[in-house]
Amino acid sequence: MMAFTLMNKEMKQLFASSLIWVFLAAMQLALAWVFLGRLNTFLELQPQLAQLANPPGVTEVIVSPVFSVASIVLLAVTPILSMRLFAEERRNHTLTMLISAPVSITAIVLGKFLALMLFFSLIPLLIVALAVSLLAGGMLDFGLLGSNLIGLILLASCFAALGLYISSLTSHPAVAALGSLGVLLGLWVMDLMAIGAENAIHHISLFRHFENFNIGLIDTFSLAFFLLFTATFLILTIRQLESERLNG
Amino acid sequence: MIPNNTYPTIEAEGLTRYFGPHVVVQDVSLKLHKGDILGFLGPNGAGKSTTMRMLTGNLAPDSGSVRICGSDLLDHPLEAKRHLGYLPEIPPLYKELTVDEYLCFAARLHGLAGASLQTALDRTKHQCELADVGKRLIGVLSKGYQQRVGIAQAIIHQPPLIILDEPTAGLDPNQIQKIRALIRELGKNHAIILSSHILPEVESVCNRVQIMHQGKLVLDDSMENLRQQNKHLEILFTRLTAGKIPVGEGM
Repeated sequence: MMAFTLMNKEMKQLFASSLIWVFLAAMQLALAWVFLGRLNTFLELQPQLAQLANPPGVTEVIVSPVFSVASIVLLAVTPILSMRLFAEERRNHTLTMLISAPVSITAIVLGKFLALMLFFSLIPLLIVALAVSLLAGGMLDFGLLGSNLIGLILLASCFAALGLYISSLTSHPAVAALGSLGVLLGLWVMDLMAIGAENAIHHISLFRHFENFNIGLIDTFSLAFFLLFTATFLILTIRQLESERLNG
Repeated sequence: MIPNNTYPTIEAEGLTRYFGPHVVVQDVSLKLHKGDILGFLGPNGAGKSTTMRMLTGNLAPDSGSVRICGSDLLDHPLEAKRHLGYLPEIPPLYKELTVDEYLCFAARLHGLAGASLQTALDRTKHQCELADVGKRLIGVLSKGYQQRVGIAQAIIHQPPLIILDEPTAGLDPNQIQKIRALIRELGKNHAIILSSHILPEVESVCNRVQIMHQGKLVLDDSMENLRQQNKHLEILFTRLTAGKIPVGEGM
């Protein structure tokens, strides 16, 4: 499969830069910080929680908020990681090599998307590693953990597809990064604005759908929304590259 | 008669391309068989690069067709591109990869794997004299090495058709000699399109020559013919593309 050859190359390029390692370390530091903060809160609240008839478990109090924070962190890092995918290929004139090779544009786009997703899936895995450490002192709600895991990966795939599309529009990585950041922040702000009201925006807000997964609700509508969002932007990227061949 | 009842390596007919209202390439045709080395000449802005982009599937022509080894580039792009190796004017290099990683990637893109990949890698590195820099990052290599990595990338899968856009740019005189020798050697078993501004290079390497001017072909002849008629390529080039003396007058 050609997409995997391309994915391989992307991963090599990604991990060749020191930025990625610094970024992963900083990410884990931030998430561990939130995790420990929540753990502290939980220990303080434990006596009061014990008096409740149906108290929230460790997963709900500690792990879910970490995932929630991770979704915001993901919003901030997606532009930095996705900017180079096509914009840099174009600036370095390497896209020509891929287009002249016997590889379909779909395979090129999928390869890049998969590489980004493989990297993004490290983030939920790091959180799972944090969560698993709680097993030393109690039980985890694996259902809730799983739903958060699926939610975050799906959210990441939406971000990745969007970033990939914006990167395919320009030959300047910085423009691509700012564009993606702008759109993602716009989506977030849109979500914040719509808080409280029974608003139509809720249905098209990525973060609102992620919240469902965050509280352990795997809603078919949310699932379909994430998948369609990803597919739409992947197809738009493919079309963008195709039209470039036609229009020069 | 087509030799051995096979297709020509590349056959382009009536390629035309507009950018907006401007016609950049108009009715360009070419046909190469194995063993042909075509010198593709023209002043800057004549439409050479646009033609090459169309021949390599990077740009769709407005009209005309390209067939590589019998496969239509527009209808069956993957099949046609399998037979193609292309070095653009600016070598497409991933500077953060090592030479070996990069060439392996180029080979895998063309479907090589396993033992044949290793053989191809060793052979190509030997041909382009890259054996001692395999483990180094492309970004830290000198311009000459980078140019040779670019050439290696175009020939690693031994494509029947090799398209080289100014392959000797940035090389020192010794390296230029070696690359010319390599092109001559490759020309025995492949068809090569060589774009260059260095006319003596074309005279020494190519056996056919085409000159483009303002989007049209103004000359399509074999080197042998030109030599027999005692025409000097440099004079011919100036005459055809400077646009002062009408085409077709005697020397």
